[in-house]
Amino acid sequence: MAYDVNGTAVEHDEEGYITNLSDWSKELADIISKAEEIEMTDEHWAVVNFLREYYDEYQIAPAVRVLVKSIKKSLGPDIGNNKYMYELFPYGPAKQACKIAGLPKPTGCV
Amino acid sequence: MSEQVKKFLYVNRKAPYGTIYALESLEVVLIGAAFDQDVSLAFIDDGVFQLTKGQDTKEIGVKNFSPTYRALGDYEVTKLYVEKESLIERGLSTDDLQELTYEDEDDDWAEKPSIRIVSRKEMGELMGNQDVVLSF
Repeated sequence: MAYDVNGTAVEHDEEGYITNLSDWSKELADIISKAEEIEMTDEHWAVVNFLREYYDEYQIAPAVRVLVKSIKKSLGPDIGNNKYMYELFPYGPAKQACKIAGLPKPTGCV
Repeated sequence: MSEQVKKFLYVNRKAPYGTIYALESLEVVLIGAAFDQDVSLAFIDDGVFQLTKGQDTKEIGVKNFSPTYRALGDYEVTKLYVEKESLIERGLSTDDLQELTYEDEDDDWAEKPSIRIVSRKEMGELMGNQDVVLSF
């Protein structure tokens, strides 16, 4: 299974998480977000970029609790709260945002 | 829920690579952190190698998960006990270990070290004080 990014095939698993993390691009994120029926706003991108930086530093996708807490610290409580995060990513901020960010499924996320 | 808090100790005795124990232990700790228990980690024997800095796994073709220990503070896992004798027996000192910190919510988010070096005797006492000891 693969996403088609301007004619280039990007492999993904049965749930839509890309296989090779270095295949990620903004164009790919747009394609995945459309598949997830999410219209990307600046706030969506802020979360996605945050996740990519977190993964780069710690080699894991954070749990939702940790994500919300960290976003609260870096972007403020208006974005960093559970309710708003679920408004941005209705099927789970960690799960959906990680998929769009090109990260593996978060540890412990079923 | 506070009346149900138990003291959990995850004991790590194996080198980080070569077996799956170290990574599995770390994943269990990260998942288990969601349950708001009193969590401590112990590093004994070759387990002390899990915390060494400058790990490079390129040649063995597995992921270097040592940066993930630095995320433990975010998960409120802030007590990492390292046995002094195990370090000495392997020619290691605290300088060979990663600097791991957490931010203390009760102290204006002051950054504090997570690693505590303890003697073999103190480690024994620590184990004796736990409700649950999980060995990896």
